[in-house]
Amino acid sequence: MSNAVKKHHEPLIHITKRDDMIWWKAWLIRLAAVLLGLLVVGVISVLLTKGNFFETYSIMLRGAFGRLGSGSTRLLWKFLLETALLLCLSLALTPAFKMKFWNCGAEGQALIGGLAAAIVMMKLGDKLPYWVVILLIFAAGILAGAVWGIVPALFKAQYKTNETLFTLMMNYIAMQLVAYYAYVNAVPAGSGQIQSIANGHLPVIGGQPYLLTILLALILTGVMLVYLKYSKHGYEISVVGESQNTARYIGINVKKVIIRTMMISGALCGLAGCLMVAGIDHSVNPDTVGGLGFTAIMVAWLGQLNPLIIVLMSGLIVFLESGAAKVADTFYLNGSYADIVAGIVILFVVGCEFFIRYSIKFRHKEGKA
Amino acid sequence: MATAAIELKNITKTFGSVVANKNVCLTANRGEILSILGENGSGKTTLMNMISGIYFPDEGQIFIDGKEAVIASPKDAFDYKIGMIHQHFKLVNVFSAAENIVLGLEEEGRYDIKAASARITAICQQYGFELDPKKKIYTMSVSEKQTVEIIKVLYRGADILILDEPTAVLTPQETQRLFAVLRRMRDDGKSIIIITHKMHEVLSLSDRVAVLRKGEYVGTVKTAETSEAELTEMMVGKKISLNIHRSEPKDPKARLEVHHIDCSNREGALVLDDVSFTAYSGEILGIAGIAGSGQRELLEVIAGLQKSDSGAVLYHNPKTDNVDNLQNKTPLQIRELGVRLSFVPEDRLGMGLVGNMDIVDNMMLRSYRKGKGAFLERKAPKDLAEHIIEELEVVTPGATTPVRRLSGGNVQKVLVGREIAASPTVLMAAYPVRGLDINSSYTIYNLLNQQKEKGVAVIFVGEDLDVLLELCDRILVIGSGKVTGIVDGRTATKEQVGLLMTKTEGGEVHE
Repeated sequence: MSNAVKKHHEPLIHITKRDDMIWWKAWLIRLAAVLLGLLVVGVISVLLTKGNFFETYSIMLRGAFGRLGSGSTRLLWKFLLETALLLCLSLALTPAFKMKFWNCGAEGQALIGGLAAAIVMMKLGDKLPYWVVILLIFAAGILAGAVWGIVPALFKAQYKTNETLFTLMMNYIAMQLVAYYAYVNAVPAGSGQIQSIANGHLPVIGGQPYLLTILLALILTGVMLVYLKYSKHGYEISVVGESQNTARYIGINVKKVIIRTMMISGALCGLAGCLMVAGIDHSVNPDTVGGLGFTAIMVAWLGQLNPLIIVLMSGLIVFLESGAAKVADTFYLNGSYADIVAGIVILFVVGCEFFIRYSIKFRHKEGKA
Repeated sequence: MATAAIELKNITKTFGSVVANKNVCLTANRGEILSILGENGSGKTTLMNMISGIYFPDEGQIFIDGKEAVIASPKDAFDYKIGMIHQHFKLVNVFSAAENIVLGLEEEGRYDIKAASARITAICQQYGFELDPKKKIYTMSVSEKQTVEIIKVLYRGADILILDEPTAVLTPQETQRLFAVLRRMRDDGKSIIIITHKMHEVLSLSDRVAVLRKGEYVGTVKTAETSEAELTEMMVGKKISLNIHRSEPKDPKARLEVHHIDCSNREGALVLDDVSFTAYSGEILGIAGIAGSGQRELLEVIAGLQKSDSGAVLYHNPKTDNVDNLQNKTPLQIRELGVRLSFVPEDRLGMGLVGNMDIVDNMMLRSYRKGKGAFLERKAPKDLAEHIIEELEVVTPGATTPVRRLSGGNVQKVLVGREIAASPTVLMAAYPVRGLDINSSYTIYNLLNQQKEKGVAVIFVGEDLDVLLELCDRILVIGSGKVTGIVDGRTATKEQVGLLMTKTEGGEVHE
């Protein structure tokens, strides 16, 4: 009979939502999660390589930061640069995500910004004074990125199109445009690609070619933190993201906020593209951004859309990837190893949020039937 | 007399501490149409959900053809030949009518859509439906979709049909066509249970009427032997005294004039039909009506959240003596005109507040634009948050607690407190005491009364007639998007308001 009285068993584990955990406790858990993830990475590495447990970590550290005491800072600078670029793109995505606008187009927005920068470098680099060229590079890159951000936003605001698909498609358009441009304007001519553009390189400060990008990323972190938390725009972004009905009710022009925020998001991606092309590569090809625009989506969320945590997460991801690449190199493993390592640690980092938000109680032993 | 097709005995259902149905007894015979009549929240839908297997009763028994039945799932209900047509259709948009009708059926043999279509056509001819089995759902009108839902249950062989407010979405002509079909089914020996609160439909269609009030069964009467007045009294009950304070309006002046507002929804149906009224300063104007009669649309049109097709909303500015037309202005434009309009919407956490933000940031919703520059000023909203917490005795760990963590009553205090803090000249509140306990409710009544005494024009949309009759100076009754009457809150009776609520199309029944 279906209406028979059902006996209730107390479940073995009981999951309840907890109140907010004190911040330092939550951070201890997160730190523990990273360490635990690294521990698992170590065990797996030993199984794969038959190498020494501790050696794995030292190779990792060496791969990411360079040999300690060797006097060479090349790898350290490279680590800082890659972190800065990833940070730039993640910060660019943050306002869009806060608005619940799934901008998956950082890759294309950065690439089109890079393309615009490359065009200015090639076409105007030797015709105008240096500083004018530099200003034009930034203006063109930022503008191109902004356009790439505004187009999907316009369609979303006006026709409620799906922004995920739209921004993804825009990535392909940007890649094809870059491929076409590089083919037609190849340097040296006929080679099908742009090897190196002679003019319009961004200035080198303090003798360090990467320092400008790193400083800009740090400034951007501060600006984004203030913009989201203390500005009227940032407040509007939060309200639109939480509830469009509330936004309409208090008279926020939702369409305007969507378009404005995506303009900023795209523009910052474009800026990152400028830095890659005019500051580092001095060339452009469809692989210039190299998937960083997609990694940035993950970093922005891992960083819980908080610029300060995003800094830490960018560093962690870059450390894992470059460190693991070195381990893979040393033991002749293929490229999947780096993905495995990053995957394991991220799993722990994401998983630990569950323990921060919920508490788990086990059923008392004596209750057992 | 033959045994009843379905009989309910002492059915009780509770949700937590809320009693949705208490000792309900009900019978429906073969070859008759039974109406279930009751106000919002009287437990009609809960009761029908128990018959159709969506809920299981806590107590009581259900008999089908005299034998006790256990209906634990919608499938059980089908086995007993019970079919329910829900208010919100459950159809797959990209499938055709025939595909939707056979969906989920486990029939012997191969899937044969042609044979199914032939059977569907036969059912249509038998009862006088018009339906093309090949037509896709997304190309259909609301009435056609409803036809698909009805045929779906007939195809499964149902002979007890339950229809939950089937006419709410239909035009008068479509309603007449539906009624003709239902009568033919009745003559065919099926028993039909129809949930409605439109009085003229009850009287023109049904053979008997069962009345529920606040979850309790009041009684069943034969339609031929009853009157509109008797049914209304059964539905709304006798007046209960609540002792809500009510002062005489002081020096009332026209503050907000609404002239001939028409408003249609996305489907193009009129939800507000030629609505006109005036709200005066220093009075509480109540708005009564069955849920979904256009109350929400009316307030949203005034607040600039919804566009109206025609008409005017005139605001008399007490400071400048200007008269401004607010029709089809945005909320921001309305504010820039100097109109101090506060609005406590029905959906508190989805519209009035942001659940994930703390009390301070929620205070800022109204005021964040103030102050020069691009940055936020958090001092004033913080002071306001602390003031409201203290003044209205909001129970919260602090001003930085997200409002979704607060209980319903405290959420409402935060919202009403903020809206009143804007020192409005017009205050609109939609169902401000819904879900609140007695004490919180009285806090809200007092706040509204204070505003009235300050000379604010208060518009109060309510559902409890006892409250409306004790709190409001005048009561506007709305039915199917039309103003069916405006009565004096001091002299009107519950029956009078109840009659106006259920009156549609001028109360005339066209056969």
